[in-house]
Amino acid sequence: MTLMKQFLGAAATLALCAGPALADPALIYDLGGKFDKSFNEAAFGGAERWKAETGGSYKELEMQSEAQREQALRRLAETGANPIVMTGFAFGDVLNTVAPDYPNTRFAIIDMVVDQPNVRSVVFTEEQGSYLVGIMAGMASKTGTVGFIGGMDIPLIRKFGCGYAQGVKAANPAAKVIQNMTGTTPTAWNDPVKGAELTASQVSQGADVIYAAAGGTGIGVLQAAADAGILSIGVDSNQNHLQPGKVLTSMLKRVDNAVYDAFMSGTDLETGINVMDLAAGGVGFAMDDNNAALVSPEMLAAVEAAAAKIISGEIMVHDYMSDNTCPVN
Amino acid sequence: MEFSTLIQVLDSGVRLGIPLLLACLAGLYSERSGVFDIGLEGKMLMGAFAAGAVASITGSAWLGLAAAIGGSLALAAIHGLASITFRGNQLISGVAINFLASGLTVLIGQNLFHLGGRTPPIKGAARFESITLPGADALRDVPVIGPVYYDLISGHTILVYIAFAIVPLTWFLLFRTRFGLRLRAVGENPESVDTAGVSVLRLRYTAVAMAGILCGIAGAYLATSAPSAGFGKEMTAGKGFIALAALIFANWRPWRALGATMLFGVLEAVAIRFQNIDVGLFVVPVQFMQALPYILTVVILAGFIGKATPPRAGGQAYVKER
Repeated sequence: MTLMKQFLGAAATLALCAGPALADPALIYDLGGKFDKSFNEAAFGGAERWKAETGGSYKELEMQSEAQREQALRRLAETGANPIVMTGFAFGDVLNTVAPDYPNTRFAIIDMVVDQPNVRSVVFTEEQGSYLVGIMAGMASKTGTVGFIGGMDIPLIRKFGCGYAQGVKAANPAAKVIQNMTGTTPTAWNDPVKGAELTASQVSQGADVIYAAAGGTGIGVLQAAADAGILSIGVDSNQNHLQPGKVLTSMLKRVDNAVYDAFMSGTDLETGINVMDLAAGGVGFAMDDNNAALVSPEMLAAVEAAAAKIISGEIMVHDYMSDNTCPVN
Repeated sequence: MEFSTLIQVLDSGVRLGIPLLLACLAGLYSERSGVFDIGLEGKMLMGAFAAGAVASITGSAWLGLAAAIGGSLALAAIHGLASITFRGNQLISGVAINFLASGLTVLIGQNLFHLGGRTPPIKGAARFESITLPGADALRDVPVIGPVYYDLISGHTILVYIAFAIVPLTWFLLFRTRFGLRLRAVGENPESVDTAGVSVLRLRYTAVAMAGILCGIAGAYLATSAPSAGFGKEMTAGKGFIALAALIFANWRPWRALGATMLFGVLEAVAIRFQNIDVGLFVVPVQFMQALPYILTVVILAGFIGKATPPRAGGQAYVKER
């Protein structure tokens, strides 16, 4: 047994030594799936951009169940992949236990802070991007009622909703914001049927612009909103093309940039907390041919003015996760 | 609560309850014949995928429905083969079907459409649109009856009306025909049916096939009945298991299945409409409403209210005496 351990240890050391020479970066997608047209797909886009520009290759892995997390992470680390990028807050606990076992491997986690010497924690200021699309929603709404549909009920998604509500109120202090969460389990990221039902419920309460921050569930929201003849707002990736002329805008969360940066720095990945805010181009809103007719010049001017004020620090958008409360509802 | 809100919640409850109803009736046929079926989820998922894929390729929702029934029947045939002919463990066969459907749908979908297992969004004739029943517009402004008829009864897709029609049909078939008597008997005491000279295997296969057809319709409803527009990975999201809970809640009876699934649908609609319900003294959190169907099922199973009596021969493969 001891002999076996030594052999294994030697093999592992050998693997680690050999690692840096042929280190491919790796990317792990969270349960929403690689092609969720949203969060994970943005990560995939960043990795593909890196591949196209450098001609390198990378490993990727799509999570199928909660139980795979640690196993997947360890397996990639054992194969010498470096750096390993993972998308999603749910990797936090697992990474905290796995990272110390592979001190020579660099990890990057998106949407979560993990305090380990070899981990880069990338966090986005979603409240700022959501604030901007909230302003657009508040100005585009004719009924004065707008909606928000979140995926799984976690503080991160509440952060989206809170920033959005603040933006709506900034544009129209009398506006009403209806907030719904799809569910409390990871299936809430992949339930377009329920997304459509939530949309119908909000429409019947008078909402005429609905912001979906719900991964694959959002597809159902955008579809149901288009069917009902109202506007919707996409999230993470540019989703304007999903229902052309019916999606007001999309709150961009540049997960692609985060993945691209991490892959570019390779094994020299800087660790610590990396805040991707509006000033750093980490968040923003999407403008393209599909929504050009929906966004009036006044709306664009108002949003751009607000963006400038957020960057200069004149407007402070409250971050829900800082104290788990929201100043507006 | 305002009257219009009540109507909206009930309307939403019907839409959410229909896939549960169809899956629950599917389970009813299968389990009444003595074959446990926890593969409802997988069959629905396969049906939803087949419906979404075929509807988007051919542009016909009806062809999609046919494909959904075909896809679901194929899985039902596997379940029948494994658990009836080869006398395998019915629960394990069901679990295998769920896994198979979960992987197969995404794999085929990715190969066909390159959208990560999703099917392209469907429009127009590729989708079952909601239909307005005759006279609904005329009655719309009549107080009470108008909103009930216009919003609640009218304005659903054809699959909803088909699902409702299947309930009395099932009741008639199971409790008023010779076939139904034999089907129920085979789930209680297969030896007696065999003694009477009726094939146990054929009856069970028929029941499992019925379950396949109904799960196929449920899947088509999920993928192609407005407001849905296409298949998404794992889109059944546990509905097959909720339907099983409803089946226990309904004590394996068709009319009660209707009641149970509609109750579960309305509970979900309430949870959707009211995030937190303030009942005066305290606030009922939305999670409680979401958990209520399961809590109710456990209460029923524990025998506090009523008693759940499953078919006696359920779960046992039939071995003919020599």
